Amino acid sequence: MSVLIYLEHENNSLKKSTLEAISYAYAMNGGKDIFGVCPGNTDSSLATVAGKHGLSKMYKATNVNSFNAESHSAMVSEAAAKCAAKTIVIPASFSGKGIAPRVAIKLKAGYVDSVVALPDTSNGFTVRTGAYSGKAFADVSLLSETKVLSVAANVFSAKENAVNCEVEEFSIADSALNNRVLIKESIKAEGKISLPEAELVVSAGRGMKGPENWGMIEELASLLGAATACSKPVSDADWRPHSEHVGQTGIAISPNLYIAIGISGAIQHLAGVSSSKVIVVINKDPEAPFFKAADYGIVGDAFEVLPKLIDAVKKFKGA
Amino acid sequence: MLNFARYKNNALMKILVCISHVPDTTSKINFSADQKEFSSAGIQFVINPYDEIALTRALELSEASAGTVTVINVGDATTEATLRKALAIGATDAVRIDAAPRDAYFTAVQIANYAKDQSFDLILTGRESIDYNGAQLCGMLGELLSMPSVSVCKKLDLNGNDATLEREIEGGKEILTCSLPMCISASEGMAEPRIPNMRGIMGARSKPLNVVAAVAADELSKVQSYDKPKPRGQVKLIEAEKATELIDLLHNEAKVI
Repeated sequence: MSVLIYLEHENNSLKKSTLEAISYAYAMNGGKDIFGVCPGNTDSSLATVAGKHGLSKMYKATNVNSFNAESHSAMVSEAAAKCAAKTIVIPASFSGKGIAPRVAIKLKAGYVDSVVALPDTSNGFTVRTGAYSGKAFADVSLLSETKVLSVAANVFSAKENAVNCEVEEFSIADSALNNRVLIKESIKAEGKISLPEAELVVSAGRGMKGPENWGMIEELASLLGAATACSKPVSDADWRPHSEHVGQTGIAISPNLYIAIGISGAIQHLAGVSSSKVIVVINKDPEAPFFKAADYGIVGDAFEVLPKLIDAVKKFKGA
Repeated sequence: MLNFARYKNNALMKILVCISHVPDTTSKINFSADQKEFSSAGIQFVINPYDEIALTRALELSEASAGTVTVINVGDATTEATLRKALAIGATDAVRIDAAPRDAYFTAVQIANYAKDQSFDLILTGRESIDYNGAQLCGMLGELLSMPSVSVCKKLDLNGNDATLEREIEGGKEILTCSLPMCISASEGMAEPRIPNMRGIMGARSKPLNVVAAVAADELSKVQSYDKPKPRGQVKLIEAEKATELIDLLHNEAKVI
């Protein structure tokens, strides 16, 4: 049975979360019948990269352009009909999560968001996802014939499985081209690593005493090639933007490495970062609850530890 | 479905805010012995924090245009305290669809069925609930009601019938425009939640809270079981003087850098 992937790109380059979604679909379907769909504002290099990761055929909707939840969800559901896809795999990015519920309704499909494992098909179709904002996991069965899954970022690594990817152009029905939402401006911070997709994250809390001290955090992050994040009190005080707030009411992340500096580790914060693979905590209070949830810890003042750490990373990177 | 004449007459702005009843963020989570159900013993329930942001922005917008804000929840009678709190914060009236919600699809079908004849100008949800975190409702309502939907918005401004939105994207933001009606999911930054005052709390008791029967919906998903993440092993402490050692461990032992 075919699987269809929603392919997201930025300036003609497939996004990391999309490559991860292709790898997920490839593993789920044993490398067979892996289809993808993307809008028309792309060139042939997209299919080359998609094929390298195992995509056998790419549908390109020539009359669909930049992101719009209505037209992109219509594009996915029309492509699903073309390849008779029974499972739709969507990267759990901001845009992916915007269209997945619409696709699910169009296809009368059950939908599980941000899955963290391949489906278990030994008895029906059950798939694992986070619940209670990182405090738990839920195993959810989908009972519908067609299924929609969004795949959590940074859980499956993108693998190369080179095949020849065929391209078929199509246009979606005019009635589905409902571009009622218009993009006026797209603003991207240059050279910044996107936090939800980041493999390494350097995060800091109130222990940094004020926004003027974030230079060290940014220097460490930039040396490591990490994204920066912060705790809730820090974004509430406007020391850092809300988009950097990780935790139960911020974003949940699962990087390979999470370095928490001057964050005590309230239950709400831990919930958002507990699925990080390795956690390092730097805090001057040896009783900080975060040490109980950490793999490595340094008890010490951030203002003394950070310069040493920055020097150590410089030496390591220079070596 | 859309009645443009109303805007010309400066008629009232009608906003619907979907309210989820969730465990307080400080809650320790536990499940029943068979791991099939959430155990609510000792749990304090609150308005989902993102829904509270949506509600506050709805109130700010309706105050500016002399409109109404209806709050809606799909749940049994125990969720009425949460709806009363939304009324105390300032909502005009409340609706409870009388059913235990099974999944986001079930909830979306109920709310869409209620909203379809009510000509709401704006339907707001939180970006996700902090219990199931599905982030599904906003898009499902948009699709079921044939309205545009924009998820994870940090800003929402209205100029008559035209909305200007700021949506979060990886590493940045998008500024969008759309004409009402539409569905929007709210994220941090859209508004600062309000704390109800005594007058609001007293007034909430006499505001309408209508209970509506649920409609049938297909069962598309079912939670089989819950479990909690495995605890990490003992933390390995490194002396503050020896920061270099941490980099070695991250490189050679943890292999993450």
